[in-house]
Amino acid sequence: MTSYLIQNVSVLGGAPTELLLKDGLIHDRYDEGKDRVEVIDATGLVALPGLVDLHTHLREPGREDAETVESGTAAAALGGFTAVHAMANTEPVADTAGVVEQVWRLGREAGHCDVRPVGAVTVGLDGERLAELGAMADSAAKVRVFSDDGRCVSDAVLMRRALEYVKAFDGVIAQHAQEPRLTEDAQMNEGELSGRLGLAGWPAVAEEAIIARDCLLAAHVGSRLHVCHVSTAGSVEIIRWAKSKGWNVTAEACPHHLLLTDDLAATYDPVYKVNPPLRSAADVEALREGLADGTIDVVATDHAPHPHEDKDCEWAAAAFGMLGLETALSIVQETMVDSGLLDWAAVAERMSYAPARIGRVHDHGHPVEAGQPANLVLYDPSVRRVVDASESASLSRNTPYAGMELPGQVVATFLRGRATVLDGKLQ
Amino acid sequence: MKRHLLSAGDLTRDDAELVLSTAEEMRSLADRPIKKLPALRGRTVVNLFFEDSTRTRISFEAAAKRLSADVINFAAKGSSLSKGESLKDTALTLEAMGADAVVVRHGASGAPHRLAHSGWVRSSVVNAGDGTHEHPTQALLDAFTMWRHLGESRPGGLEGRRVAIVGDVLHSRVARSNALLLRILGVEVTLVAPPTLLPVGVETWPVETSYDLDGVLPKADAVMMLRVQRERMNGGFFPTPREYSRRYGLDARRMATLQDHTIVMHPGPMVRGMEITADVADSARSVIVEQVTNGVAVRMAVLYLLLGGSEPFETPADEAPPEGRAPQGPPEREGDE
Repeated sequence: MTSYLIQNVSVLGGAPTELLLKDGLIHDRYDEGKDRVEVIDATGLVALPGLVDLHTHLREPGREDAETVESGTAAAALGGFTAVHAMANTEPVADTAGVVEQVWRLGREAGHCDVRPVGAVTVGLDGERLAELGAMADSAAKVRVFSDDGRCVSDAVLMRRALEYVKAFDGVIAQHAQEPRLTEDAQMNEGELSGRLGLAGWPAVAEEAIIARDCLLAAHVGSRLHVCHVSTAGSVEIIRWAKSKGWNVTAEACPHHLLLTDDLAATYDPVYKVNPPLRSAADVEALREGLADGTIDVVATDHAPHPHEDKDCEWAAAAFGMLGLETALSIVQETMVDSGLLDWAAVAERMSYAPARIGRVHDHGHPVEAGQPANLVLYDPSVRRVVDASESASLSRNTPYAGMELPGQVVATFLRGRATVLDGKLQ
Repeated sequence: MKRHLLSAGDLTRDDAELVLSTAEEMRSLADRPIKKLPALRGRTVVNLFFEDSTRTRISFEAAAKRLSADVINFAAKGSSLSKGESLKDTALTLEAMGADAVVVRHGASGAPHRLAHSGWVRSSVVNAGDGTHEHPTQALLDAFTMWRHLGESRPGGLEGRRVAIVGDVLHSRVARSNALLLRILGVEVTLVAPPTLLPVGVETWPVETSYDLDGVLPKADAVMMLRVQRERMNGGFFPTPREYSRRYGLDARRMATLQDHTIVMHPGPMVRGMEITADVADSARSVIVEQVTNGVAVRMAVLYLLLGGSEPFETPADEAPPEGRAPQGPPEREGDE
């Protein structure tokens, strides 16, 4: 395997240094006589630990027209990710050891990044009875994150049992917080604009009420709760309160919720249709603050590919979701780093260490230093680029950022010392 | 006027007044034995209806035909919502057939907006009601009706007149378009509904709101009653239809509190006994049937202004009926149904 000598690289924005990637590990000593290396001049580049996504939809099995494990993980690598959690809402649903092992195996075969399947909490995501969580945990896929994402585990007893049950294997329930009755036919953030546009509202309270309940449940049974795609200021406040109690609650925010606001719905262009919906500018502000102060632990993409026809239609008929893997780091730079809310060390925490910790992904989320697995990304924060949807490695094109100028570019991604991306191109 | 009519809010006051004055000229046609103008001869108007609405469809059809346009009625049963042909493919088909204007009724809010702005069609798009969003020609015909009764003989037209819009505002495209248009015309609008049937954020609309119909009626110059759809009756928005009628229905007792000149309106179809009693609907104050007549005139005006371009409207000379000119043009080729 090729060894790489990365010169003049700024680890987490620090002073330029040198890294040797050899035998899957990071080394700080380079023996000129012994090591045959490919030299990478990383002047001006920031080295971050390989990013870990807690929330990716790879769509396989079932919707290979939207994305496959191969194409989705290629997009992930191009975005600087070395591990992604594949959500369970596939067809068939990832609610058995068989399906999660299939997804895990497809990830290994593709080789662009590690795939950690998420197991469904309930059979068929139907919210009626627990799926065989233990079997998925014990499988080769070693599932630790369980989620009915796309649907909410709204039944309080079922949620309690799920939280309790996963304690046996150190699992976590990642909740899609959406009170179903309050969001029937919901199309966009409920507010002044939804009233004007005549689109059924998705009120913030429908998210916040479930989060509050789940925090109380997690505390009551002493288990781990992770809150998916937090989107409202009220949710941030509730999670802040739960953490202040010392409860084992973690939360994620999505790049699109850090950047975009609900006024985009006025275009009626479903590329902006996502669940939970884009919220107000005040919510965006609160999410950024929450991410900055650690109330929100993680940035997760909720990368949700959809075929063209599912977005090229009227708003109400369109699918929810947007692409996210290839633009996540740029949006975090734009919203959090360039605005001074986070430094690169904190970005490493939010996009690598914390998600790896929450997902119990033991071989990812380690500092970029000697002796650690060589999972890292080289990122050029100085360039600006206009997003071109047609350049995406994803099979889908539903990016809300098409035509938008964003800062930064992933130059290289290394998975256990092997380059999955080099010179910004998939290897 | 812009190329499309998607929202009443897109109109300037000048646009709106131009539609009303054009409609007035069109309406004079209704009193003639031959109700036809050659203005849109050779142009094709497609009525693209994804929802059943016989009254709106025939109103547009009559309007287009009286302007000598070719009319194609396209009743698309089921939209892409129910996995039929997609809106886009339907639009491309119509475009290929050479439609000059597409009049679209759709159950999804924003569908006409998508049609106009997605590059699927080049023709003018007229929103004939989209979901719970807007119904701008209904608002124009309502304004026209009000203007004939309350504005025509006054300096300033409808400026300062008070209109109460009563009922299911939350789900009403008529209420949204009326609130926008009447504001543009300087009318003071009060929306009256139980709190469950007012949209979130209504306090930011340029209107007053009230939960108390009896308090609003004596000050109103026009009262517009909105239909309460059957599916809402069981939706938990109010306890029972009877309670709704008692609190928000217009009956003879309430009608007696109106000023002498106040008119009663309803966009139809009415649920008699629910939001309006039969004696009110059939009373001398009721202009509900006239609204239908005015609907044709207003839609003629809209189609004329969107398709006829900047050409001044040809008022037919009193002596010569407009049809007198028709033989010079190509024969009628109405591709109906």
